[in-house]
Amino acid sequence: MTDKELQVKQRQEVRQTGESTKPERQYVPAVDIFESSDAVTVRAEMPGVPKGGVRIGLEEGTLTIEGARADAAGSAETFLLREFETGHYLRRFTMAETIDQDKIEATMTNGILTVVLPKREQAKPRQIEVKAG
Amino acid sequence: MAIIRFDRPVFRSPMSEFERMRRDMNALMRVVGGYEDFPALPAGGVYPALNISEDTDNVYVRAEAPGIAATDLQLSVEGETMVIKGERKACAADEKLSFHRREIECGSFSRAITLPTRVRTDKVQAKSVDGILTITLPKAEEVKPKKITVNVG
Repeated sequence: MTDKELQVKQRQEVRQTGESTKPERQYVPAVDIFESSDAVTVRAEMPGVPKGGVRIGLEEGTLTIEGARADAAGSAETFLLREFETGHYLRRFTMAETIDQDKIEATMTNGILTVVLPKREQAKPRQIEVKAG
Repeated sequence: MAIIRFDRPVFRSPMSEFERMRRDMNALMRVVGGYEDFPALPAGGVYPALNISEDTDNVYVRAEAPGIAATDLQLSVEGETMVIKGERKACAADEKLSFHRREIECGSFSRAITLPTRVRTDKVQAKSVDGILTITLPKAEEVKPKKITVNVG
């Protein structure tokens, strides 16, 4: 067992530039972004979003992750306690131009979206051998 | 109005007095109406966040637990207390990776709740879909609403 105890974090709502026409809330998903020598990986926490509800777009160097969730509760149910909300997710990132756009892959497991953005060949670090002259 | 008992002290939070006020305010909102439009609040940061609802036959407990595999979740019901335990292991901890952002935390959790009614512990079902754990607890026969016909004397 890990010693650390998990905590619930207050979710942030997306600050929009324009006004929304739909009466729904959009949240900022928590993310991990890490980089290895060949790819940048983005993992986003989006509980309640089915595989078909995810939209990923990359345009003009901006990566957009969107998740639409289906409302889980039936209409005949009365709420007794409500600690999380069923809202949608949206987050945007500025990416470096070194991403190979054709090879982006995304998977969704247990409410966590993993997007692997491979780097272009020329952007990968290269070891330069020094030859004896 | 639904009767709910979540009046146990919150052991893990020193802010239990605020927690009590929050619950009272929520109860007030439920009476006034439009409760569902108010933003939900996490209870003192105790993981996982829960939504509890009921209909005539079942009590539904939904927990937001993304990234936790069904095999890493433990659930037990004893009398009127339900305990959810688990651990998030899916942490990338490779030395070769350089992190730009690290917001998803790993660790273990355990939460005990008092159920609003007696349930049939042998018929409890749980499933985990897209990071949301849904537990369906059928109400015990004696707490289900019963219609009583008034006889003409």
